Amino acid sequence: MSRDRVHCLLFATIHDVLKAEKRLKRGKVDVEVVPVPRSLSSDCGVCIKSSEPAHVLVSLLGDIAGLRCFVFDGTEYRQEGLSESK
Amino acid sequence: MIYLDNAATSFPKPEETIDSVHHFLTFSGGNPGRGGHPLSIDAARIVFEARERLLSFINGKHSERLIFTQNGTESLNLAILGLVEEGDHVVTTALEHNSVMRPLDFLTNSRHVQVSVVPCSASGRLDLKALKETVSRKTKAVIVNHGSNILGTVQPLDGVREAIGDKLLILDACQTIGNIPIDVQRDAIDVICFSCHKALFGIQGLGGVYLREGVDPVPLKFGGTGSNSEFTEQPSSLPDRYESGTPATPAIAGLLGGLNFIDRKGLNEIVGKKRAAAQRIVEGLRRIGGITVYGDIDRGDHLLPIILMNVDNTQPSDVGYACNRADISVRVGLHCAPLAHKAIGTFPGGGVRISPGYFTNDDEIDRLMEVMKSIVAR
Repeated sequence: MSRDRVHCLLFATIHDVLKAEKRLKRGKVDVEVVPVPRSLSSDCGVCIKSSEPAHVLVSLLGDIAGLRCFVFDGTEYRQEGLSESK
Repeated sequence: MIYLDNAATSFPKPEETIDSVHHFLTFSGGNPGRGGHPLSIDAARIVFEARERLLSFINGKHSERLIFTQNGTESLNLAILGLVEEGDHVVTTALEHNSVMRPLDFLTNSRHVQVSVVPCSASGRLDLKALKETVSRKTKAVIVNHGSNILGTVQPLDGVREAIGDKLLILDACQTIGNIPIDVQRDAIDVICFSCHKALFGIQGLGGVYLREGVDPVPLKFGGTGSNSEFTEQPSSLPDRYESGTPATPAIAGLLGGLNFIDRKGLNEIVGKKRAAAQRIVEGLRRIGGITVYGDIDRGDHLLPIILMNVDNTQPSDVGYACNRADISVRVGLHCAPLAHKAIGTFPGGGVRISPGYFTNDDEIDRLMEVMKSIVAR
């Protein structure tokens, strides 16, 4: 997977967002907590943005219920199946 | 002013608590989980860190199962009203606070719940044999006061668990958390309810409840969580399911400060200092004479720094008034625990509760003794 593609990770709660951020930072993964893109959700919360390969992200977060992974290819977001990301 | 009512709320608060609240209000006063702007995220980080730290403090497994509430009473209401259903049988003890007895009274009248109250001794020891005999196949939950708010007696959790088998244990730990080590896994506690402004050195307006996996009460309140906002149904994900509405983030920041204070001093040092103060008070009261001190004679590790006393032939309110005039804060009355006062024979007059804290010093205790001597001599 190309590193120039950006992933957005969505979670069920802000608690899970911050739990994921903590784990990823501990795993030396570069991440940023950003507002959820409007095209992904009308929610008023935040998600995690990272340019790391999806399989790296999912390997660290796959046990968090409700995790959804989207990839942005420069034009639009596309949801990735978590299993296919591994 | 000499403050000896730490069982109601600890005072003064450590610098860490005050600084943490001040810092939140000055620099990061956003609403956690409500928006993607920096102050909201900062606030959410404070809530997240406090939850993780508190989880570690009680050795819980999943931080999302640690729910913040307004106080210990709300925690108990969530557990009791959310888990006990129509026609259930519930076992509780004679040491309970009204934060347990009143929800149970409500359920008795509204959901035909049967409540059995297990007696305790005059020293506040729960009758474990009676507890075992009272629990039956029909029992839905057992609600136990971990540490008495009038006598300071701590119940042995291993003995309680042995007596109740695999029944659901709801533990009222409002007085014990921060005063004795708690391990929800080791002690097989299904639901633990507590406040954060007593021995955790937080500020008023915050409590907590930890729910073991598989224990999923009906929420006490419903509303906005900042998550799943496109749907009108209550989210199922924790902690949001139980935390509708803006949380008491300044108090959560204060809790973080309190936990930092406990880390810096060490729980053993804090507990040891409070116990030593309680011991000095008990010994002083006994030397005066004309005073009844209730509960166990020998204050061991099973006692919290809480002393209940009465001056012979004197109303507790008169003792309280005399203390007020001497600028000493103690608490008189029934302490919201009428059954416990009945068990030890101090109902309906109640007693005088003295609860020293970490910052209580020997000079203050000596001054208390002077005042007590003068009351006895009247």
